[in-house]
Amino acid sequence: MSSIILAVVIGAAFGAVLDRIGATNPNWIGKMLNLTNLHLMKTILLAIGTASVLMFGGQMLGLVDVGHMSVKTAYAGVFIGGLLLGGGWAAAGYCPGTGVCAAATGRKDALFYIAGGLLGAAAYMVTYPAWKSAGLLEGEKLTLGTVPGSGYDGILPVSGDILGIVMGLAFVAVAIALPERLRGGGEAVAPAE
Amino acid sequence: MVLNWKTGGVVLGLVFFLAVLLVKPIGVSTQFVILDAIVADAVSPDFITQTDDGYTSTNAYMAKSDGKYAGNAANPLNYSFVFVLAMALGAFLSAMARGGVPAEERKLPAIWYANYGDTPLKRYTVAFLGGFIVLYGARLAGGCTSGHMMSGMMQTAVSGYIFAAGAFAAAVPVAIMMYKREG
Repeated sequence: MSSIILAVVIGAAFGAVLDRIGATNPNWIGKMLNLTNLHLMKTILLAIGTASVLMFGGQMLGLVDVGHMSVKTAYAGVFIGGLLLGGGWAAAGYCPGTGVCAAATGRKDALFYIAGGLLGAAAYMVTYPAWKSAGLLEGEKLTLGTVPGSGYDGILPVSGDILGIVMGLAFVAVAIALPERLRGGGEAVAPAE
Repeated sequence: MVLNWKTGGVVLGLVFFLAVLLVKPIGVSTQFVILDAIVADAVSPDFITQTDDGYTSTNAYMAKSDGKYAGNAANPLNYSFVFVLAMALGAFLSAMARGGVPAEERKLPAIWYANYGDTPLKRYTVAFLGGFIVLYGARLAGGCTSGHMMSGMMQTAVSGYIFAAGAFAAAVPVAIMMYKREG
């Protein structure tokens, strides 16, 4: 039961923050991906960096349970799937989480997006054996460095905890260094909504 | 108006941190499969079946990892599924608290209007096809923007970097081609 309460609290907080940073708004996503307004990109990079530093710092101090880490397998399909997701993300302006949130805020196109998403997920359920037999789902669960107690192998011979903090700080630095826009002239224009 | 990136970034980072501190890293796209399976099992009750030590399915994807997905679909009141429902509720309450999304935006986003005019049917078709490709890709990759890109890179997962490289390699050219006018 307590896990359901946590799901409600953390889920609601996540949805609310996605709404407040503009991630549920296809205008912000479109302007980020066509590189004319990188405000949302700076937000996301800073978030990844902040979470990384807190998580690895907490693990080193023994305040965060390393067992809560959940690293996904790296395999060829991750890249192919990433390409597909990227194309659809740019066209629609939604990723799976923000599409659900956007529909909840009343955006009609997001309802069509969810319907397409359910059909796409079903199509994958049906075609999964083909990807599996092609060997494109074979891989390993790897992190950059080896994180003590995580059970995952690192690809570099360095402390995964310290490297995690360094990477987190690097994300923060890129968030700060990134300009407001990379394409087009003048000041980056914020969407009205 | 959105939160300044400094505030928004720290707050979003805190949510991702709280999730891993209290439960596990955030992920969303698996729940599209779970909802599909709930529907499939309602239509055809043999889709998910109980075994001696859990659940299995006539679908190989649902049955993989000892029927983990089949079990989640049989018991939807689990953390990950409720998380996605709560996420929608949180976004709804947040949007209402700031006065709601304007009616013309709910019909068509400004960036679409700026590039393609008042063409809602075309927009809804693109959104539908986009959703199809995104979820197909996310399931092939084993995660989406939340699970791979944010939760993955935050944990220095190699899979997260590979996914992000693929996603942006496709997303940036497509966005530049499709949305030439800034909106």
